[in-house]
Amino acid sequence: MRIVYTDVLVVGGGLAGLRAAVGARRRGHDVIILSLVPPKRSHSAAAQGGMQASLGNTAKGEGDNEDVHFEDTVRGSDWGCDQQVARLFTHTAPQAVRELAAWGVPWNRVAAGEREVVMDGRRVSLSERPEAHGLIAARDFGGTKKWRTCYVSDGTGHAMLYAVSDRTVAEGIPVHERMEAIALIHDGTRCHGAVVRNLVSGELSAYVARATCIATGGFGRIYRVSSNAVINEGMGAAIALETGAAMLGNMEAVQFHPTTIFPAGILVTEGCRGDGGLLRDAAGHRFMPDYEPEKKELASRDVVSRRMEEHIRAGKGVKTRFGDHLWLDITLLGAAHIDGRLREVKEICQHFLGIDPSRDLIPVRPAQHYSMGGIRTDARGQARGLRGLFACGEAACWDLHGFNRLGGNSVAETVVAGMIVGESMADFVESVNGDLQVSTGLVREFLDAEQARLDALLQGKGSENAGELMRRMQDIMTDKVGIFRSGELLSAAVEELQALLVRSRQIGIATRRPGANPELVTAYRVQKMLKLALCVAWGALQRTESRGAHYREDFPRRDDAQWLKRTLATWGDAFQTLPTLSYEALDVASMELPPGWRGYGARDAIEHPLTAGRVSEIAAIRQAFGHADRFTVQQALMSYEHLVPECFRGRNARIGESS
Amino acid sequence: MSDQRVLTLRVLRSSPGEGLAPHWEDFRVEEAEGMTLFIALNEVRETLAPSLQFDFVCRAGICGSCGMLIDGRPGLACRALTRDLGPVITLAPLPVFELIGDLSVNTGKWMRGTAERLQTWIHAQAEPDLTALEAPMEPALAEAIYELDRCIECGCCVAGCGTLRMREDFVGAVGLNKIARFRLDPRDTRTDEDFYELIGDDSGVFGCMSLLGCHDVCPKGLPLQTQIAFLRRKMASTGL
Repeated sequence: MRIVYTDVLVVGGGLAGLRAAVGARRRGHDVIILSLVPPKRSHSAAAQGGMQASLGNTAKGEGDNEDVHFEDTVRGSDWGCDQQVARLFTHTAPQAVRELAAWGVPWNRVAAGEREVVMDGRRVSLSERPEAHGLIAARDFGGTKKWRTCYVSDGTGHAMLYAVSDRTVAEGIPVHERMEAIALIHDGTRCHGAVVRNLVSGELSAYVARATCIATGGFGRIYRVSSNAVINEGMGAAIALETGAAMLGNMEAVQFHPTTIFPAGILVTEGCRGDGGLLRDAAGHRFMPDYEPEKKELASRDVVSRRMEEHIRAGKGVKTRFGDHLWLDITLLGAAHIDGRLREVKEICQHFLGIDPSRDLIPVRPAQHYSMGGIRTDARGQARGLRGLFACGEAACWDLHGFNRLGGNSVAETVVAGMIVGESMADFVESVNGDLQVSTGLVREFLDAEQARLDALLQGKGSENAGELMRRMQDIMTDKVGIFRSGELLSAAVEELQALLVRSRQIGIATRRPGANPELVTAYRVQKMLKLALCVAWGALQRTESRGAHYREDFPRRDDAQWLKRTLATWGDAFQTLPTLSYEALDVASMELPPGWRGYGARDAIEHPLTAGRVSEIAAIRQAFGHADRFTVQQALMSYEHLVPECFRGRNARIGESS
Repeated sequence: MSDQRVLTLRVLRSSPGEGLAPHWEDFRVEEAEGMTLFIALNEVRETLAPSLQFDFVCRAGICGSCGMLIDGRPGLACRALTRDLGPVITLAPLPVFELIGDLSVNTGKWMRGTAERLQTWIHAQAEPDLTALEAPMEPALAEAIYELDRCIECGCCVAGCGTLRMREDFVGAVGLNKIARFRLDPRDTRTDEDFYELIGDDSGVFGCMSLLGCHDVCPKGLPLQTQIAFLRRKMASTGL
C-alpha cells in the first residue's frame, strides 16, 4: 500500500489549483498538485479574451469600480449568484490582475492619445488619458457597463497560466503529472485525501492530506458539442458527489457560448464582439439589434446564444449538410487589429476553416462552454458536507456566477478563488480542525474498493461498450438538455440517462492491460460522467422556470417567488439512479441588489414577495447615508469584508482613487 | 463525395512498459470533410485500436499536447488537416522526449526540468503591493514580451533540433526563447551576467549549430532564428 502524506493536496493543475497551491505553500505548508496533464496544458490556456477586473484605466472604463463590476455580475447571474461572494470577488479581482502583472503577465497596456475603435458597427475615435499611459488596458465584453476585461491579445489564459505555473515551479511545488484522483478518502464527515491512479503505470496510491482541494474545472464533455478540452470530464465534481456527503450546486446551470466555429465547436473569443464584431444571418443581415436593442451583440452569453438559436429556428441560418449556422463578422475590424489582438482567432480560422477572418465571415453556432454548477462551497471555498474538502474555479459552485456567468469572469474567478482558497486552506491546516486523524485501515479500505472496481472492469464479463455509452450520453445532453429545454425533452433525457447508467455497470473492455489503457479510462469515467449528466438533467427537469442559461420553453419566465434558490444534489447510495435534490433559498432580505430587470433579455419575471420591501429598505439606507462615501454605503447594505482574507483587505487604488 | 479517400494512418506503435518492440501498424480510415488528425486518430481508437495512446487536450492548437512526427516532421496533430496530407500518413512520437507509449511522450517532465534549470519566472526584489496602482509599461514592450510568451511548450522545436541529437543537455530553442523573453522583461531584475550563468556555454546558446529546424517547425511561428542569434551576440559580449 503506497501512501503519500502532505499538508495540502490540490487536485487539478489549471489556474485555480495552481494559485491555491501557491497561497498554501507561501504560508509554509507542504503542497502536492495532481494533474491529468502537464499543468501548462490545462484548459485555462484556452481562455482567450480576457479577465474582468475594475481597474478603470481606459477611457471607456473610466468610473469603473467594484460596485459596477458587482452589479454587472449579479445581473449576469440572473440573480442566482451569492452576492457576498460576488462582492468578495469584485474586491479581490484588481489585486489578482496586479499580482499577475508582477509575476510577468504581459497585459496589454494603455497608449495615451487618440485611437480608432469599432463600436456598434461604426469606427469612432477614443482619447486615452495621459495619466493612464502604460497602465493595464481593458476591452469590452458582454453584459458589462464598462470596458473591464484586461487582456493579453487573445491569449490571456495562456499568458496567465504560464506565469502562475512558472510561479509554482519557483515556489518548489511538486506537480505529479498524469495522475488522476478517482475517489476521495473520507469517513462521512471529514475528507482525508484521495485515491489516485497513475495514468501511465495504472498503479493506485493514496494521497493523505489535511486539506484537499478540487480544482478540476468543468464537465463540458458530457455534451457532444462543447468548446471544452477533451479532459474536461468533471472527475473532481464526480468524486465529490460519490462521497454521498459533499453536494453539487446548480448543476442544471450550463453555459452555451455564442461563438464556437461550426461544426468543430472550437471557441472564438467574445472579444471578437467586444472589439466590434457583428453577428449576421444567411442574408447578411445583422439580426441582434432586432432582438436586443439595448446591448445587441453584447448582451450576456445566455441571451445572445438563445437569440441565435431562435433566429436559426426562424429559418434565417446558413444551411449546410452538417446543420445550420450563423456568421461572425470581424472583417470590419481590419487586418491590423486582428493580427494584433485576435491572433489566436486568426490561427484557428486559418487552420480549422481555411479562411482569413479579416476578409471572410466565420461560421459560428453556440456550443456548451461552461459549468456554472459544481461542488457547493462556502465563501472561503470549504465544501458543504465534508470538512477538509475545498474546491475552487470552475469545479466549484462558489457561487459567483449563478445561472449565467459573464465572459471574463471565470478566468478571473480561477485566480481570485485560488487566492482566497489558498489562504483558507492554510488557516484550516493551522487550526485544530486541520489535524490529521485518519487510520491507515480506512485508507486501505478505499484503496481496495477502488482496485476492486477497476479489476471488475478489467477482468469482468460485461458486454457494454464504454465508448458507445459515452457517445449516447453526449448526444442526449446536446439534443435534449441544451439551450431550449422542456419538460418533455428533459423527462426523456432523464429516463435514457438512467438506463445508460444501469448499463454502465456492465461495461466490458477489450484491452486488459492494467497500465496506460485509454479504454479503461473511458470506462470508469463514463460511469461517473453519467451521474453528473443526471444531476444536470434531473435538476433542469425540476426547475420549472427560466433563469439565465437555464431556459424552459414550457416555463419561460424567471420565477423568483418559487425558484430564487440553489439546487443541491447528493448521491448517497451508489446504486441509486437519480441524485437526491434539495434546495437552498437565496435570502432576498439581505441582498445588496434585489432582483429586477437585467438591462437586457426578458422583463417579465415573477416577483419574490420580499423584493419590494428590500428595494424600499435599500432606498431608505441610501437616503440616510446621504453623501457618505461608497464604501460606507456598501457596508451598510451588505457586509462582506469579514470574508476577505486579511492580506487582501486593502482598498484598490485607481487613477484618482488611492489605496 | 464520390472521390472520398480512404486514408492509411501508419503509426509507430510501442509500449515500453510491456517490453514490446516498436513496430509500424496501419489503420484505414475513411476521410471526412474538414477531418483533422485529432478526428482521425480518435476514430481509430474508437473503432480499431482501443489501446492506442496519444495526447490531445484542447484540440484547438492552443495547449501544445499533441506534438508528433507527421510524415517525419514535428507538428501539432490537432490542427493537421488530412486534406493537406497524402493518402498514407506516417505518425511517430516526438524524439528526444521520454516515450510513454505509441504517440505519447513525456514533454511535461522535460519542460519542468527546463523551467527549473533556467528559472523561467520573474525574479523581483520585492513583493508587489497588490492594492497600489500597477507599474506602467510601454504598450509596445508588453506586446514584444507577449510575442515571445506565446510559446506553448509543444516540443516541436526540441524534436526538430540537430544539436539535441548530439547533446542531450542542450536547452533547445524553447529554453533559449524563454531566456530571451525574461531578458526583455523589465520586471525581471536578472542581468546579462545572470543569464550568462544559465546559457553561456555549449549546453546553452553556444551549442546551437544554427540549423534552425526549430524555427521551421514552430507551430506558433515564434521568431526563434532572430532570438537565438541576438542572444548569442549578447552572451558573447557578456562573456568577453
